[in-house]
Amino acid sequence: MTINVAMTVNGKAVSGRVEARTLLVQFLREHLGLTGTHVGCDTSQCGACVVHLDGKSIKSCTILAVQAEGGKVTTIEGLAESADKLHPMQEAFRENHALQCGFCTPGMVMSAIDMVKRNNYQLDEATVRRELEGNLCRCTGYHNIVKAILAAAPAMKAAGV
Amino acid sequence: MTAETGIGARVKRKEDQRFLTGTGRYVDDLPLARATYAYFLRSPHAHAKIKSIDTGAAKAMPGVVEIFTGADMAAAKVGGLICGWVVKGKDGEPHKAPPHPVLAVDTVRYVGDPVALVVANSLADARDAAEAIKVDYDVKPSNVELGKALAKGTPEVHAEAPGNLIYDWELGQKAEVEAAFAKAAHVTKLDFVNNRLIPNAMEPRAAAADYDKGTGNYTLWSTSQNPHVLRLILSAFVLGIPEHKLRVIAPDVGGGFGSKIFCYNEETALTWAAPKVGRPIKWTAERTESFMSDAHGRDHLSHAELALDKDGKFLALRVDTTANLGAYLSTFATAVPSYLYATLLAGQYTTPLIYANVKAVLTHTAPVDAYRGAGRPEATFVVETLVEAAAKEMKIDPAVLRGKNFVPHDAFPYQTPVAFVYDSGNYQPIIDEAMKIADYKGFESRRAEAKKRGKLRGIGFSSYIEACGIAPSQAVGALGAGVGLWESAQIKFNPTGNVQILTGSHSHGQSHETTFAQIVSTKLGVPIENIEVIHGDTATTPFGMGTYGSRSLAVGGSAIVKAADKIIAKGKKIAAHIMEASAEDVVFENGTFKVAGTDKAVPLAQAVFAAYVPQNYPLQELEPGMDENAFYDPANFVFPSGTQICEVEIDPDTGMTEIVNFTAVDDFGNIINPMIVEGQVHGGIVQGVGQALLENAVYDAETGQLLSGSYNDYTMPRADNFPSFKTGYKVTPCPHNPLGVKGCGEAGAIAAPAAVMNAVHDAVAPIGVKHVPMPATPLTVWQAIHGGK
Repeated sequence: MTINVAMTVNGKAVSGRVEARTLLVQFLREHLGLTGTHVGCDTSQCGACVVHLDGKSIKSCTILAVQAEGGKVTTIEGLAESADKLHPMQEAFRENHALQCGFCTPGMVMSAIDMVKRNNYQLDEATVRRELEGNLCRCTGYHNIVKAILAAAPAMKAAGV
Repeated sequence: MTAETGIGARVKRKEDQRFLTGTGRYVDDLPLARATYAYFLRSPHAHAKIKSIDTGAAKAMPGVVEIFTGADMAAAKVGGLICGWVVKGKDGEPHKAPPHPVLAVDTVRYVGDPVALVVANSLADARDAAEAIKVDYDVKPSNVELGKALAKGTPEVHAEAPGNLIYDWELGQKAEVEAAFAKAAHVTKLDFVNNRLIPNAMEPRAAAADYDKGTGNYTLWSTSQNPHVLRLILSAFVLGIPEHKLRVIAPDVGGGFGSKIFCYNEETALTWAAPKVGRPIKWTAERTESFMSDAHGRDHLSHAELALDKDGKFLALRVDTTANLGAYLSTFATAVPSYLYATLLAGQYTTPLIYANVKAVLTHTAPVDAYRGAGRPEATFVVETLVEAAAKEMKIDPAVLRGKNFVPHDAFPYQTPVAFVYDSGNYQPIIDEAMKIADYKGFESRRAEAKKRGKLRGIGFSSYIEACGIAPSQAVGALGAGVGLWESAQIKFNPTGNVQILTGSHSHGQSHETTFAQIVSTKLGVPIENIEVIHGDTATTPFGMGTYGSRSLAVGGSAIVKAADKIIAKGKKIAAHIMEASAEDVVFENGTFKVAGTDKAVPLAQAVFAAYVPQNYPLQELEPGMDENAFYDPANFVFPSGTQICEVEIDPDTGMTEIVNFTAVDDFGNIINPMIVEGQVHGGIVQGVGQALLENAVYDAETGQLLSGSYNDYTMPRADNFPSFKTGYKVTPCPHNPLGVKGCGEAGAIAAPAAVMNAVHDAVAPIGVKHVPMPATPLTVWQAIHGGK
């Protein structure tokens, strides 16, 4: 069974005809070519697929594309203002060497932004570590990811994002 | 002009922009026109005869393009997968080498053994069709318990390996060791389980294969750490495709940790099937498939004994190990528990006599091969746990006991009793620095304070050595390796002065695009933004051996230096011609050729331009162009060393272990980019701690099912399992490579399991608990403390 789906992705109206069982992540990657969102597991635990739906972080491997009907989706490709002006979280990841192979990075960045906002830009190390529960990284040992998120929180507040 | 971006600087990574903006290109991201999708039907049984496979109904399913089975590949006379390192046993015979079909033919030997390849128009169609394939299995009893693999009556995995024994191998001085034990004042004995691990790079393995009918060329995109080696194996041993007709591309790869070194069934089957399908075929492992079919790591059972004199001087070490290789021999499986393991049993110490006996065995489990550290973590775990236990038994401070036995700084180069000649090192200042950072002196007061809170606090050391920078070709050839382990580099200037570095190494997180650019920026004085590092494509890069064994900088970086030296040598001749001077009088400094004692100068960029527009140019003696190749074969392994100190607190009521402090001080030789090195150390520590406290691959003894086959069941390290780490460095440059570098990729994972387990044992010792098995999960710790209660 195929079905029409329409939503806003990174500020652009998009639509497509998909099999009803199509996951949001498949719609983003395969129909829209937004391959920055990754799939690292099949049990909704690794967090490589995290995107924002209506401003909140969600695991795009765990909802159907049709469930995002009419929603506003932001992916890693939609974060930076321009190639020269990254989002403060992206910038903090670069400054703090919070990525190595880069595979978990898009999900980490998207989760981290929501984490900062959820905590009203006030974070401590223990909170960051606890709230990263849903994002796995095999390269960095998390050390520099934690540093990056702690550095990004005030930068996001200052930038008003 | 390059101080901020050259050797030693904390340069931000060149690769980050694309990874941070979602524009990296991993295998699964490739847009391939008219692609088909592959799904592998896998064995649900650990051991069964295949009585029949009926693909009829499946082939009639919507969207199905082709279905292939082992019988199809056998009929086409496709070769099996190979093991590329011959280890000779005590009897002088090469190891047993049972066949390794790409798709199972008449027998399946582990849960996940691929049985059929379904190719369809969509992945969903392929999966649906795979469900409709009817395989009639005659299920047989299986053998998944390492401790029983060699026992009489245990089911055999392959008839070619009677009794499941692949080799019975030894290294060292057996008789002398026995004699030393007979007169020892003290002997420490321990039994070890080195738990089985599943690598879990965050990007699952993936492959895509395409065949161009017009040229007869194959292209394979693979999540490979070594695309040239993969091409060589597929060409020469498995598929028989001429090497020059197969292009292997390993684009952005999301972590490897060893598990992406090997030539796997899936990429082989896809390459073989591509011309038959006539369209590109894509495959990406589901995480469950990764758990089942990526080569696993570790999995040793050992008994080891250390003999000491009355003052605590080590007299001899003997180790007896059984190593699990799984159901088939993976590409380098045989080398890991032999030459990459027993050769490291001297550790940082002067132990004069060592004897190791290793039996490598088959079980009905996934193949086992190199995983971050590969043999060296297993050796370090044996040595460092024994040393710490000996210190406790003899009531000597563990740091003091280590210090008594360290190879002294003035003894290098140092010949160990187990083959290696350590090139350099200075161990005492490392452990001193680690104790300072970790505030070792203040530990007892922290322990007392923890006790007031009802917590058991412990501290543990691990002083590791590793042999990496793999490896001198002749040395490893003498030990059975089927390949040379040099590395290649090409430095290619363009007429406008920017530079491409083509390397045979491969980066899947290691940051070569930055580190290698820093080397060339310093050597040639080129701004780093004008340098690009290219890797991972057999069509564009020179033949290279790839990335594993912490070799990329020590071997690949050295090749780059050699190529840069050739650029300078040629540039000198060009500049001499332009300046009308003798080449002998020309010096190269900060990117400019100068004639000493004059104000004559030619920037490198001018010499490069002259090389491409050779009008005022010594064409009689020099070819145009500025493009130099180099190959570097290392003179020796490199030997990074270090000490980690781990401090834990255990809650005796729950068995929960918390890492409260973790210090690592390392000697990696000279450091090109400290930021990147620290990242490697952090990641390694977490994998090592993961082994010690969290991770464990478990097969059900009865059914042979993989019980830890998803992130629900296999505990991955998470951010809240750790504190921030404290790191430090000491530097003794490597004396035999041009950068003086050693290698940092595996150190953390090599040292950490012993540091953690020593801390756990220290924590529970005051309440009389002698042994906690690894991994020290809350359950095992609780059981160790409370016994049957």
